[in-house]
Amino acid sequence: MVIGLGNAGRGDDAAGRTCVAALRGRLADEIELIESDGEPAALLGLLARASEACLIDACVSGAQPGTVRRFDVAGHALPALAAIDSTHGLGLSEALELARALGMLPARCVVYAIEGLCYDPGAPLTAPVRAAVTAVAARIVRASAR
Amino acid sequence: MANRTIRVEQLTRVEGEGAVKLEIRDGRIHSAQLRIFEPPRFFEALLRGRAYTEAPDITARICGICPVAYQMSAVHAMENALGIEVSGPVRDLRRLLYCGEWIESHALHITMLHAPDFLGFDSGIDMARSHADAVRRGLALKQAGNEIIALLGGREIHPVTVRVGGFYRVPRKRQLAVLAERLKWAREAALETVRWTAGFEFPACDRDYRFVALRHPAEYPFNEGRIVSSDGLDIPSAEFEAHIDETQVKRSTALHAQLRAAGPYLTGPLARYSLNFARLSPVAQAAALSAGLGRRCTNPFRSIVVRAVEVLHACDEALRIIARYEEPDEPACAIEPRAAMGIAATEAPRGLLYHRYRLEADGTILEARIVPPTAQNQAAIEEDLRRFSEEFLTLSPERLRRRCEQLVRNHDPCISCATHFLRLELTGP
Repeated sequence: MVIGLGNAGRGDDAAGRTCVAALRGRLADEIELIESDGEPAALLGLLARASEACLIDACVSGAQPGTVRRFDVAGHALPALAAIDSTHGLGLSEALELARALGMLPARCVVYAIEGLCYDPGAPLTAPVRAAVTAVAARIVRASAR
Repeated sequence: MANRTIRVEQLTRVEGEGAVKLEIRDGRIHSAQLRIFEPPRFFEALLRGRAYTEAPDITARICGICPVAYQMSAVHAMENALGIEVSGPVRDLRRLLYCGEWIESHALHITMLHAPDFLGFDSGIDMARSHADAVRRGLALKQAGNEIIALLGGREIHPVTVRVGGFYRVPRKRQLAVLAERLKWAREAALETVRWTAGFEFPACDRDYRFVALRHPAEYPFNEGRIVSSDGLDIPSAEFEAHIDETQVKRSTALHAQLRAAGPYLTGPLARYSLNFARLSPVAQAAALSAGLGRRCTNPFRSIVVRAVEVLHACDEALRIIARYEEPDEPACAIEPRAAMGIAATEAPRGLLYHRYRLEADGTILEARIVPPTAQNQAAIEEDLRRFSEEFLTLSPERLRRRCEQLVRNHDPCISCATHFLRLELTGP
């Protein structure tokens, strides 16, 4: 299962969803392609029925825009890029840890984090993020062929 | 006995940014402050100059957990201004949408925010490692609520189908039939949640609250009813501002509310339940009594059980609405704007949510006033801290700090909604 996370109307936050859109028709039929707003209960439901999951999300860490980082989260927690104290704002790392605690995390699970630049409402993807989306899609196609 | 100050600098497992400061002098609580430093959000000013049709979508953005409540108070207030009364299946669909929000909001609070306090965990994630079945059940319940909102509202968060006069789009009967199967499971899960929470240990902390909630002649209140209190207030929503004052206090970016004649009051699940027990569905009433609640609940720690009873009621009510649903001829009625004032109050998961709008002849919003439940509850929460934390002064500072946080979480404050809302600060050596 490939899950692209984000808000399609907030600039580079659409990186994950755009990547999933770019993968349509390029992967084996049994690989589900999902676009998600990241709502944690729904995300847990998706993870619970996946044997293997690849998640793509935009992130803010201070790195160069378009930087791609790959995290194997099956064995290790996703580094908390920002501390979140409110479950009303449960983030991806908290949702993954909740899935792990509940035994719902797939045995193989990776996260591609794409550093964003602009998250303005209605803005298009910025050039570095657009290039990163293309590169991540190609990596997922190559990985799925192995 | 020494003086000391206990501080919770950043309240966790609540929505938004706040703190608590307890000042203890000679072994007694000298002062208790709930500090809200979430920045003001200026929604009321943002609404001025916008079309009356935009209010449901703009106000929904006040909260990601209770957007339906804001939409409902907004559309009812606009319809009040424009002389429209929505009835039949469209009215039922609004109640169904509200059921979805109560289920998802309460299930989240019960499972991820409040239960860890009773079971001795720092977070819902920590609790999930040893209470996996309860957490799975709670999250699946939340998802059932989300599914109602997604079907009726077009998406799970900030639904987009609600409009003044009705809906932009209504569901087909067969779509609701699919949802009903999910809700039958949810009703059983809610009943199990009532039993689970009833088994927690509750401190003996009862208080003679002044409760304020809506009351409808026949229904457990969601969208409409008169504003009533436990000490005899019984007014239409239009008289809210004649009886309730909002004042600014330095420690909070949310206005404090109180009854002009009687002082602070509490709104929310405890109030709603205690003022409307007879209007709960029979299955919810029976579950509440089996859980040891009685017809009135004045122990704020037991609010977790009351929320579970409300989830059960909402599942039951949702199934009742679905069973009788007939697709309406039109999803919305025609509207002619006019210069008018419109007022409405509905029951958000956290309590009474009041909206007032003044419109120009073309429907432009001239003035907006929004009074969210958490703002109304600030004084009552501070009074809980003053009265009950004294019972816990023999605890270690860390355990006392946790109890203070729990005293706040008992009321599921939504600070982001209230600002114009939490950290705990205890003072003294």
